[in-house]
Amino acid sequence: MIQLTTPFTEEKIRALKVGDAVEITGIFFTGRDAVHKYLHEGGALPPGVNLRDGILYHCGPVVVKDGAGEWKVTAAGPTTSIREEPYQWQIIRDFGIRGVVGKGGMESRTLEACREHGCVYLHAVGGAAQVLAECIKRVRNVYLMEKFGAPEAIWELEVERFPAVVTMDSHGNSLHEQVLADSRRALASRL
Amino acid sequence: MNALPESLLELIRRTSAEIPDDVQRGILRSLEQEKKGTIAESALKLIERNIAMAKAKSQPICQDTGSVIFYVDCPIGFDQVRFEETARDAVKLATQKGFLRQNSVNSLTGKNDGTNLGPGAPMVHFHQHRSPEVQVRLILKGGGCENVGAQYSLPDEKLHANRDLKGCRAVILDAVLQAQGKGCGPGVLGVCIGGDRATGYEFSKTQFLRKLDDRNPVQELDSMEQEILATANELGIGPMGFGGKTTLLGVKICAANRVPASYFVSVSYMCWAFRRQGTTLDANGAIAGWLY
Ligand code: SF4
Repeated sequence: MIQLTTPFTEEKIRALKVGDAVEITGIFFTGRDAVHKYLHEGGALPPGVNLRDGILYHCGPVVVKDGAGEWKVTAAGPTTSIREEPYQWQIIRDFGIRGVVGKGGMESRTLEACREHGCVYLHAVGGAAQVLAECIKRVRNVYLMEKFGAPEAIWELEVERFPAVVTMDSHGNSLHEQVLADSRRALASRL
Repeated sequence: MNALPESLLELIRRTSAEIPDDVQRGILRSLEQEKKGTIAESALKLIERNIAMAKAKSQPICQDTGSVIFYVDCPIGFDQVRFEETARDAVKLATQKGFLRQNSVNSLTGKNDGTNLGPGAPMVHFHQHRSPEVQVRLILKGGGCENVGAQYSLPDEKLHANRDLKGCRAVILDAVLQAQGKGCGPGVLGVCIGGDRATGYEFSKTQFLRKLDDRNPVQELDSMEQEILATANELGIGPMGFGGKTTLLGVKICAANRVPASYFVSVSYMCWAFRRQGTTLDANGAIAGWLY
Protein backbone atom coordinates (compact mmCIF):
# COMPACT_ATOMS: atom_id res chain seq x y z
CA MET A 1 0.00 0.00 0.00
CA ILE A 2 1.51 3.33 -1.10
CA GLN A 3 0.96 6.26 1.24
CA LEU A 4 0.40 9.66 -0.37
CA THR A 5 0.10 13.04 1.33
CA THR A 6 -1.22 16.25 -0.22
CA PRO A 7 0.13 18.47 -1.73
CA PHE A 8 1.88 16.22 -4.26
CA THR A 9 4.99 16.79 -6.29
CA GLU A 10 4.92 15.90 -9.96
CA GLU A 11 7.67 13.35 -9.33
CA LYS A 12 5.62 11.49 -6.76
CA ILE A 13 2.64 11.33 -9.12
CA ARG A 14 4.76 10.24 -12.09
CA ALA A 15 6.05 7.32 -10.01
CA LEU A 16 2.54 5.83 -9.74
CA LYS A 17 1.47 3.03 -12.07
CA VAL A 18 -1.87 1.52 -13.05
CA GLY A 19 -2.91 -1.07 -10.45
CA ASP A 20 -1.16 0.61 -7.51
CA ALA A 21 -3.23 0.63 -4.33
CA VAL A 22 -2.77 3.88 -2.40
CA GLU A 23 -3.98 5.61 0.73
CA ILE A 24 -4.21 9.37 0.68
CA THR A 25 -3.90 11.74 3.61
CA GLY A 26 -4.42 15.49 3.45
CA ILE A 27 -6.96 17.79 1.82
CA PHE A 28 -9.66 16.87 -0.70
CA PHE A 29 -11.77 19.40 -2.55
CA THR A 30 -14.99 17.92 -3.93
CA GLY A 31 -16.40 18.92 -7.27
CA ARG A 32 -18.99 17.28 -9.44
CA ASP A 33 -21.24 18.15 -12.39
CA ALA A 34 -22.19 21.72 -11.56
CA VAL A 35 -18.65 22.69 -10.51
CA HIS A 36 -17.07 21.23 -13.65
CA LYS A 37 -19.50 22.99 -15.94
CA TYR A 38 -19.04 26.21 -14.00
CA LEU A 39 -15.23 26.13 -14.20
CA HIS A 40 -15.34 25.07 -17.84
CA GLU A 41 -17.48 28.10 -18.65
CA GLY A 42 -14.89 30.36 -17.06
CA GLY A 43 -16.30 30.59 -13.54
CA ALA A 44 -13.75 31.66 -10.92
CA LEU A 45 -12.66 29.42 -8.06
CA PRO A 46 -14.01 30.88 -4.84
CA PRO A 47 -11.28 32.38 -2.61
CA GLY A 48 -9.92 29.65 -0.35
CA VAL A 49 -10.18 26.86 -2.89
CA ASN A 50 -6.72 25.79 -3.99
CA LEU A 51 -6.53 22.85 -6.34
CA ARG A 52 -2.87 23.19 -7.33
CA ASP A 53 -0.88 19.99 -6.64
CA GLY A 54 -3.92 18.62 -4.88
CA ILE A 55 -6.94 16.38 -5.31
CA LEU A 56 -10.28 16.98 -6.93
CA TYR A 57 -12.79 14.47 -5.59
CA HIS A 58 -15.87 13.59 -7.65
CA CYS A 59 -18.26 13.31 -4.75
CA GLY A 60 -21.59 14.61 -3.53
CA PRO A 61 -21.50 13.91 0.18
CA VAL A 62 -24.35 13.64 2.67
CA VAL A 63 -23.53 16.34 5.19
CA VAL A 64 -25.50 17.29 8.28
CA LYS A 65 -24.96 19.93 10.94
CA ASP A 66 -24.38 18.40 14.35
CA GLY A 67 -25.65 19.83 17.64
CA ALA A 68 -22.73 22.27 17.87
CA GLY A 69 -23.41 23.64 14.38
CA GLU A 70 -20.40 21.83 12.88
CA TRP A 71 -20.71 20.10 9.52
CA LYS A 72 -20.48 16.35 9.68
CA VAL A 73 -20.05 14.07 6.69
CA THR A 74 -22.26 11.00 7.09
CA ALA A 75 -21.69 9.47 3.65
CA ALA A 76 -19.07 10.34 1.06
CA GLY A 77 -18.35 7.84 -1.71
CA PRO A 78 -17.29 8.82 -5.21
CA THR A 79 -19.71 9.64 -8.01
CA THR A 80 -19.39 8.48 -11.64
CA SER A 81 -16.55 10.41 -13.23
CA ILE A 82 -17.27 9.94 -16.91
CA ARG A 83 -19.81 12.75 -16.88
CA GLU A 84 -16.91 15.16 -16.37
CA GLU A 85 -14.96 13.87 -19.37
CA PRO A 86 -15.80 16.94 -21.52
CA TYR A 87 -14.36 19.29 -18.86
CA GLN A 88 -11.71 17.40 -16.90
CA TRP A 89 -8.71 17.90 -19.20
CA GLN A 90 -9.14 21.63 -19.07
CA ILE A 91 -9.49 21.70 -15.30
CA ILE A 92 -6.37 19.56 -14.88
CA ARG A 93 -4.50 21.95 -17.16
CA ASP A 94 -5.77 25.24 -15.74
CA PHE A 95 -5.81 24.45 -12.03
CA GLY A 96 -2.80 22.14 -11.73
CA ILE A 97 -4.61 19.18 -10.20
CA ARG A 98 -2.39 16.14 -9.50
CA GLY A 99 -5.07 13.61 -8.69
CA VAL A 100 -8.68 13.09 -9.67
CA VAL A 101 -10.55 10.75 -7.33
CA GLY A 102 -13.76 9.23 -8.60
CA LYS A 103 -15.27 6.05 -9.90
CA GLY A 104 -15.85 4.32 -13.20
CA GLY A 105 -12.81 5.80 -14.90
CA MET A 106 -12.45 8.41 -17.62
CA GLU A 107 -11.47 8.48 -21.26
CA SER A 108 -8.84 9.64 -23.70
CA ARG A 109 -8.90 13.40 -23.20
CA THR A 110 -8.43 13.03 -19.46
CA LEU A 111 -5.79 10.32 -19.95
CA GLU A 112 -3.90 12.65 -22.28
CA ALA A 113 -4.15 15.54 -19.82
CA CYS A 114 -2.79 13.24 -17.08
CA ARG A 115 0.15 12.38 -19.30
CA GLU A 116 0.82 15.94 -20.32
CA HIS A 117 0.46 17.67 -16.97
CA GLY A 118 1.41 14.93 -14.50
CA CYS A 119 -1.85 13.80 -12.94
CA VAL A 120 -3.42 10.44 -12.08
CA TYR A 121 -6.93 9.09 -11.84
CA LEU A 122 -7.57 7.36 -8.53
CA HIS A 123 -10.49 4.98 -8.38
CA ALA A 124 -12.29 4.80 -5.06
CA VAL A 125 -14.80 2.05 -4.36
CA GLY A 126 -18.13 3.33 -5.57
CA GLY A 127 -20.92 3.25 -3.05
CA ALA A 128 -18.62 2.64 -0.08
CA ALA A 129 -19.96 5.76 1.55
CA GLN A 130 -19.51 4.73 5.17
CA VAL A 131 -15.99 3.36 4.96
CA LEU A 132 -14.91 6.41 3.02
CA ALA A 133 -16.76 8.83 5.29
CA GLU A 134 -14.78 7.35 8.16
CA CYS A 135 -11.61 8.53 6.43
CA ILE A 136 -12.94 12.07 6.43
CA LYS A 137 -11.87 13.56 9.67
CA ARG A 138 -13.21 17.07 9.37
CA VAL A 139 -15.07 19.45 7.10
CA ARG A 140 -12.92 22.55 6.77
CA ASN A 141 -15.19 24.62 4.64
CA VAL A 142 -17.86 24.66 1.98
CA TYR A 143 -18.02 26.86 -1.10
CA LEU A 144 -20.73 27.63 -3.67
CA MET A 145 -23.31 26.05 -1.37
CA GLU A 146 -26.01 28.64 -2.11
CA LYS A 147 -25.49 28.38 -5.82
CA PHE A 148 -25.35 24.62 -6.25
CA GLY A 149 -26.87 22.97 -3.15
CA ALA A 150 -25.17 20.54 -0.78
CA PRO A 151 -24.24 17.58 -3.03
CA GLU A 152 -22.92 19.84 -5.81
CA ALA A 153 -21.04 22.33 -3.62
CA ILE A 154 -17.26 22.37 -3.21
CA TRP A 155 -16.45 20.79 0.15
CA GLU A 156 -12.99 21.11 1.65
CA LEU A 157 -12.30 17.92 3.57
CA GLU A 158 -9.48 16.65 5.76
CA VAL A 159 -8.90 13.01 4.94
CA GLU A 160 -6.80 10.28 6.49
CA ARG A 161 -5.71 7.11 4.72
CA PHE A 162 -8.38 7.30 2.06
CA PRO A 163 -8.13 4.08 -0.03
CA ALA A 164 -8.03 4.20 -3.83
CA VAL A 165 -6.51 2.40 -6.81
CA VAL A 166 -4.56 4.09 -9.60
CA THR A 167 -6.53 3.15 -12.71
CA MET A 168 -5.12 5.83 -15.04
CA ASP A 169 -1.52 6.86 -14.66
CA SER A 170 0.55 9.72 -16.07
CA HIS A 171 2.20 7.50 -18.68
CA GLY A 172 -0.83 6.95 -20.89
CA ASN A 173 -1.96 3.67 -19.27
CA SER A 174 -5.57 3.02 -18.35
CA LEU A 175 -6.95 -0.04 -16.61
CA HIS A 176 -10.38 0.90 -17.96
CA GLU A 177 -9.19 0.80 -21.57
CA GLN A 178 -7.57 -2.55 -20.95
CA VAL A 179 -10.58 -4.16 -19.24
CA LEU A 180 -12.89 -2.79 -21.93
CA ALA A 181 -10.74 -4.24 -24.72
CA ASP A 182 -10.40 -7.63 -22.98
CA SER A 183 -14.09 -7.90 -22.16
CA ARG A 184 -15.08 -6.87 -25.69
CA ARG A 185 -12.94 -9.67 -27.04
CA ALA A 186 -14.36 -12.14 -24.52
CA LEU A 187 -17.90 -11.21 -25.48
CA ALA A 188 -17.25 -11.38 -29.23
CA SER A 189 -16.24 -15.03 -28.85
CA ARG A 190 -19.44 -15.81 -26.94
CA LEU A 191 -22.01 -14.31 -29.30
CA MET B 1 -53.62 4.15 9.46
CA ASN B 2 -52.33 6.30 12.32
CA ALA B 3 -49.03 4.48 12.43
CA LEU B 4 -48.36 4.97 8.73
CA PRO B 5 -45.98 7.98 9.01
CA GLU B 6 -43.75 6.15 11.45
CA SER B 7 -43.82 2.94 9.39
CA LEU B 8 -42.83 4.68 6.19
CA LEU B 9 -40.00 6.52 7.92
CA GLU B 10 -38.70 3.23 9.29
CA LEU B 11 -39.06 1.62 5.86
CA ILE B 12 -36.94 4.40 4.34
CA ARG B 13 -34.35 4.20 7.10
CA ARG B 14 -34.00 0.49 6.83
CA THR B 15 -33.89 0.50 3.03
CA SER B 16 -31.17 3.12 3.01
CA ALA B 17 -29.01 1.57 5.73
CA GLU B 18 -29.47 -2.20 5.39
CA ILE B 19 -28.86 -4.33 2.35
CA PRO B 20 -31.39 -7.17 1.93
CA ASP B 21 -30.18 -10.65 2.95
CA ASP B 22 -30.39 -12.13 -0.53
CA VAL B 23 -28.08 -9.43 -1.91
CA GLN B 24 -25.68 -9.72 1.00
CA ARG B 25 -25.39 -13.44 0.35
CA GLY B 26 -24.63 -12.74 -3.30
CA ILE B 27 -21.85 -10.34 -2.40
CA LEU B 28 -20.34 -12.80 0.10
CA ARG B 29 -20.37 -15.50 -2.54
CA SER B 30 -18.57 -13.28 -5.01
CA LEU B 31 -15.99 -12.36 -2.39
CA GLU B 32 -15.19 -16.05 -1.97
CA GLN B 33 -14.80 -16.44 -5.71
CA GLU B 34 -12.43 -13.57 -6.43
CA LYS B 35 -8.72 -14.28 -6.54
CA LYS B 36 -7.00 -13.43 -3.28
CA GLY B 37 -4.80 -10.39 -3.24
CA THR B 38 -6.36 -8.72 -6.30
CA ILE B 39 -7.79 -5.21 -6.35
CA ALA B 40 -11.13 -6.84 -7.16
CA GLU B 41 -11.01 -8.78 -3.91
CA SER B 42 -10.04 -5.75 -1.86
CA ALA B 43 -12.88 -3.75 -3.44
CA LEU B 44 -15.36 -6.44 -2.38
CA LYS B 45 -13.90 -6.55 1.12
CA LEU B 46 -14.35 -2.82 1.42
CA ILE B 47 -17.93 -3.21 0.20
CA GLU B 48 -18.55 -5.85 2.87
CA ARG B 49 -17.14 -3.60 5.55
CA ASN B 50 -19.25 -0.74 4.27
CA ILE B 51 -22.44 -2.80 4.45
CA ALA B 52 -21.73 -3.75 8.05
CA MET B 53 -20.89 -0.18 9.05
CA ALA B 54 -23.98 1.34 7.47
CA LYS B 55 -26.21 -1.11 9.31
CA ALA B 56 -24.46 -0.58 12.63
CA LYS B 57 -24.58 3.20 12.32
CA SER B 58 -28.01 3.32 10.72
CA GLN B 59 -26.69 5.52 7.95
CA PRO B 60 -26.91 5.38 4.15
CA ILE B 61 -25.00 2.50 2.54
CA CYS B 62 -24.23 4.78 -0.37
CA GLN B 63 -24.37 8.56 -0.37
CA ASP B 64 -26.48 8.52 -3.50
CA THR B 65 -29.74 7.57 -1.89
CA GLY B 66 -31.25 7.56 -5.34
CA SER B 67 -34.71 7.99 -6.77
CA VAL B 68 -37.29 7.05 -4.18
CA ILE B 69 -39.74 4.57 -5.70
CA PHE B 70 -42.63 3.07 -3.74
CA TYR B 71 -44.64 0.07 -4.93
CA VAL B 72 -47.88 -0.31 -3.02
CA ASP B 73 -50.19 -3.31 -3.19
CA CYS B 74 -53.46 -2.34 -1.57
CA PRO B 75 -57.10 -3.41 -1.29
CA ILE B 76 -59.98 -1.72 -3.06
CA GLY B 77 -61.01 1.40 -1.15
CA PHE B 78 -57.51 2.11 0.15
CA ASP B 79 -56.92 5.86 0.46
CA GLN B 80 -54.18 6.38 -2.12
CA VAL B 81 -54.22 10.16 -1.82
CA ARG B 82 -53.55 10.01 1.87
CA PHE B 83 -50.85 7.41 1.37
CA GLU B 84 -49.06 9.60 -1.13
CA GLU B 85 -49.23 12.62 1.16
CA THR B 86 -47.87 10.57 4.04
CA ALA B 87 -45.11 9.18 1.85
CA ARG B 88 -44.06 12.69 0.88
CA ASP B 89 -43.91 13.75 4.51
CA ALA B 90 -41.89 10.66 5.38
CA VAL B 91 -39.41 11.37 2.58
CA LYS B 92 -38.98 14.94 3.77
CA LEU B 93 -38.42 13.83 7.35
CA ALA B 94 -36.04 11.04 6.32
CA THR B 95 -34.03 13.65 4.44
CA GLN B 96 -33.82 15.88 7.50
CA LYS B 97 -32.62 12.91 9.49
CA GLY B 98 -29.93 12.09 6.93
CA PHE B 99 -31.38 8.71 5.90
CA LEU B 100 -31.72 10.26 2.45
CA ARG B 101 -29.39 12.76 0.85
CA GLN B 102 -30.81 16.03 -0.44
CA ASN B 103 -31.04 14.42 -3.80
CA SER B 104 -33.80 15.94 -5.88
CA VAL B 105 -33.12 18.72 -8.33
CA ASN B 106 -35.51 20.93 -10.25
CA SER B 107 -34.66 20.08 -13.84
CA LEU B 108 -35.45 23.56 -15.14
CA THR B 109 -33.78 25.78 -12.57
CA GLY B 110 -31.12 23.37 -11.28
CA LYS B 111 -32.22 24.24 -7.73
CA ASN B 112 -32.23 21.67 -4.97
CA ASP B 113 -34.59 22.73 -2.21
CA GLY B 114 -33.35 19.98 0.08
CA THR B 115 -36.72 18.28 0.60
CA ASN B 116 -36.49 15.50 -2.00
CA LEU B 117 -39.99 16.46 -3.09
CA GLY B 118 -41.13 17.58 -6.52
CA PRO B 119 -42.76 16.30 -9.68
CA GLY B 120 -42.08 12.54 -9.79
CA ALA B 121 -40.27 12.64 -6.46
CA PRO B 122 -41.03 10.39 -4.74
CA MET B 123 -42.64 8.06 -7.26
CA VAL B 124 -45.52 5.93 -5.98
CA HIS B 125 -46.90 3.02 -8.00
CA PHE B 126 -50.20 1.64 -6.73
CA HIS B 127 -51.58 -1.75 -7.52
CA GLN B 128 -54.98 -2.81 -6.25
CA HIS B 129 -55.72 -6.38 -5.29
CA ARG B 130 -58.66 -8.24 -3.78
CA SER B 131 -56.97 -9.24 -0.55
CA PRO B 132 -57.23 -6.91 2.48
CA GLU B 133 -53.45 -6.81 2.86
CA VAL B 134 -51.33 -3.70 2.34
CA GLN B 135 -47.78 -4.22 1.21
CA VAL B 136 -45.34 -1.38 0.66
CA ARG B 137 -42.08 -1.98 -1.16
CA LEU B 138 -39.40 0.62 -1.59
CA ILE B 139 -36.48 0.86 -3.96
CA LEU B 140 -33.82 3.55 -3.74
CA LYS B 141 -32.39 3.61 -7.22
CA GLY B 142 -28.98 5.24 -7.52
CA GLY B 143 -28.12 7.58 -10.37
CA GLY B 144 -24.76 6.13 -11.39
CA CYS B 145 -26.28 2.75 -12.15
CA GLU B 146 -29.40 4.31 -13.66
CA ASN B 147 -27.18 6.10 -16.17
CA VAL B 148 -25.81 2.82 -17.52
CA GLY B 149 -29.28 1.43 -18.21
CA ALA B 150 -30.09 1.09 -21.91
CA GLN B 151 -33.03 0.58 -24.22
CA TYR B 152 -32.57 -1.23 -27.52
CA SER B 153 -34.92 -1.22 -30.46
CA LEU B 154 -34.71 -4.47 -32.40
CA PRO B 155 -33.56 -5.25 -35.01
CA ASP B 156 -30.21 -3.67 -34.13
CA GLU B 157 -28.04 -4.09 -37.15
CA LYS B 158 -24.79 -3.08 -35.51
CA LEU B 159 -25.19 -5.73 -32.83
CA HIS B 160 -26.59 -8.31 -35.27
CA ALA B 161 -29.62 -8.54 -33.03
CA ASN B 162 -32.82 -9.75 -34.67
CA ARG B 163 -36.28 -9.90 -33.19
CA ASP B 164 -35.80 -13.14 -31.32
CA LEU B 165 -34.40 -14.34 -28.01
CA LYS B 166 -30.92 -14.60 -29.47
CA GLY B 167 -31.17 -10.93 -30.42
CA CYS B 168 -32.34 -10.11 -26.89
CA ARG B 169 -29.34 -11.92 -25.46
CA ALA B 170 -26.98 -9.97 -27.71
CA VAL B 171 -28.29 -6.57 -26.66
CA ILE B 172 -28.48 -7.46 -22.96
CA LEU B 173 -24.85 -8.56 -23.01
CA ASP B 174 -23.98 -5.41 -24.92
CA ALA B 175 -25.49 -3.41 -22.06
CA VAL B 176 -23.18 -5.26 -19.64
CA LEU B 177 -20.18 -4.53 -21.83
CA GLN B 178 -21.05 -0.84 -22.17
CA ALA B 179 -21.68 -0.49 -18.44
CA GLN B 180 -18.25 -1.87 -17.48
CA GLY B 181 -17.71 -0.80 -13.87
CA LYS B 182 -19.51 2.52 -14.20
CA GLY B 183 -22.66 1.37 -12.45
CA CYS B 184 -20.76 0.22 -9.33
CA GLY B 185 -20.66 -3.45 -10.16
CA PRO B 186 -21.09 -6.21 -9.33
CA GLY B 187 -24.60 -5.28 -10.32
CA VAL B 188 -27.97 -6.80 -11.10
CA LEU B 189 -29.84 -6.48 -14.37
CA GLY B 190 -33.58 -5.93 -14.54
CA VAL B 191 -34.78 -6.49 -18.08
CA CYS B 192 -38.08 -6.17 -19.90
CA ILE B 193 -38.53 -7.65 -23.34
CA GLY B 194 -41.34 -5.81 -25.16
CA GLY B 195 -43.67 -3.11 -23.95
CA ASP B 196 -43.38 0.47 -25.13
CA ARG B 197 -40.53 2.82 -24.26
CA ALA B 198 -42.10 3.81 -20.95
CA THR B 199 -43.52 0.50 -19.75
CA GLY B 200 -40.37 -1.31 -20.88
CA TYR B 201 -38.26 0.60 -18.42
CA GLU B 202 -40.96 0.55 -15.77
CA PHE B 203 -41.29 -3.22 -15.93
CA SER B 204 -37.54 -3.69 -16.03
CA LYS B 205 -37.35 -1.95 -12.65
CA THR B 206 -40.05 -4.11 -11.11
CA GLN B 207 -37.67 -7.04 -11.65
CA PHE B 208 -35.60 -5.58 -8.82
CA LEU B 209 -38.43 -6.50 -6.46
CA ARG B 210 -37.58 -10.16 -7.03
CA LYS B 211 -35.15 -11.89 -4.70
CA LEU B 212 -31.77 -12.59 -6.25
CA ASP B 213 -32.01 -16.33 -5.68
CA ASP B 214 -35.55 -16.82 -6.97
CA ARG B 215 -36.19 -18.57 -10.26
CA ASN B 216 -38.25 -17.29 -13.13
CA PRO B 217 -41.46 -19.33 -13.55
CA VAL B 218 -41.30 -18.84 -17.32
CA GLN B 219 -38.93 -21.47 -18.58
CA GLU B 220 -37.42 -19.54 -21.54
CA LEU B 221 -36.79 -16.54 -19.36
CA ASP B 222 -35.32 -18.64 -16.58
CA SER B 223 -32.74 -20.24 -18.83
CA MET B 224 -31.96 -16.87 -20.34
CA GLU B 225 -31.37 -15.40 -16.88
CA GLN B 226 -29.01 -18.20 -15.91
CA GLU B 227 -27.12 -18.16 -19.18
CA ILE B 228 -26.63 -14.39 -19.35
CA LEU B 229 -25.46 -14.32 -15.73
CA ALA B 230 -22.88 -17.01 -16.42
CA THR B 231 -21.68 -15.40 -19.64
CA ALA B 232 -21.46 -11.91 -18.13
CA ASN B 233 -19.26 -13.32 -15.38
CA GLU B 234 -16.90 -14.74 -17.97
CA LEU B 235 -16.20 -11.30 -19.44
CA GLY B 236 -13.66 -10.35 -16.79
CA ILE B 237 -15.06 -6.89 -16.06
CA GLY B 238 -15.21 -7.61 -12.35
CA PRO B 239 -16.13 -5.52 -9.30
CA MET B 240 -15.88 -1.79 -10.07
CA GLY B 241 -14.58 -2.72 -13.52
CA PHE B 242 -11.21 -3.57 -11.93
CA GLY B 243 -11.17 -6.91 -13.73
CA GLY B 244 -12.25 -10.12 -11.99
CA LYS B 245 -14.78 -12.89 -11.80
CA THR B 246 -17.93 -11.17 -10.58
CA THR B 247 -19.42 -8.75 -13.04
CA LEU B 248 -23.06 -9.45 -12.17
CA LEU B 249 -24.83 -10.80 -9.09
CA GLY B 250 -28.06 -11.53 -10.90
CA VAL B 251 -30.17 -11.17 -14.02
CA LYS B 252 -33.96 -10.84 -13.84
CA ILE B 253 -36.03 -10.75 -17.01
CA CYS B 254 -39.72 -10.26 -17.73
CA ALA B 255 -41.68 -9.94 -20.94
CA ALA B 256 -44.53 -7.61 -21.82
CA ASN B 257 -46.66 -7.61 -24.92
CA ARG B 258 -45.65 -5.23 -27.68
CA VAL B 259 -47.26 -3.81 -30.79
CA PRO B 260 -46.13 -5.53 -33.98
CA ALA B 261 -44.13 -2.49 -35.07
CA SER B 262 -41.98 -2.24 -31.92
CA TYR B 263 -39.57 -4.59 -30.25
CA PHE B 264 -37.85 -2.96 -27.31
CA VAL B 265 -35.46 -4.54 -24.87
CA SER B 266 -35.11 -2.32 -21.80
CA VAL B 267 -32.26 -2.93 -19.40
CA SER B 268 -32.02 -1.35 -15.97
CA TYR B 269 -28.86 -1.76 -13.94
CA MET B 270 -28.79 -1.93 -10.16
CA CYS B 271 -25.48 -1.40 -8.37
CA TRP B 272 -24.14 -3.62 -5.57
CA ALA B 273 -25.72 -1.10 -3.16
CA PHE B 274 -29.04 -2.73 -3.95
CA ARG B 275 -31.47 -0.95 -1.68
CA ARG B 276 -34.79 -2.68 -1.62
CA GLN B 277 -37.03 -3.42 1.30
CA GLY B 278 -40.71 -3.98 1.90
CA THR B 279 -43.21 -4.34 4.65
CA THR B 280 -46.68 -5.63 5.31
CA LEU B 281 -48.83 -3.16 7.20
CA ASP B 282 -51.56 -3.95 9.70
CA ALA B 283 -54.93 -2.18 9.78
CA ASN B 284 -53.43 0.67 11.77
CA GLY B 285 -50.56 1.12 9.30
CA ALA B 286 -48.00 -0.37 11.69
CA ILE B 287 -45.29 -2.67 10.38
CA ALA B 288 -46.52 -6.25 10.66
CA GLY B 289 -43.56 -7.89 8.97
CA TRP B 290 -40.67 -7.44 6.56
CA LEU B 291 -40.74 -8.82 3.05
CA TYR B 292 -37.03 -9.27 2.38
S1 SF4 C 1 -24.24 3.45 -8.59
FE1 SF4 C 1 -25.07 2.76 -6.66
S2 SF4 C 1 -23.33 2.32 -5.32
FE2 SF4 C 1 -22.63 3.54 -7.04
S3 SF4 C 1 -22.69 5.63 -6.31
FE3 SF4 C 1 -24.60 5.26 -7.39
S4 SF4 C 1 -26.06 4.55 -5.85
FE4 SF4 C 1 -23.99 4.41 -4.98
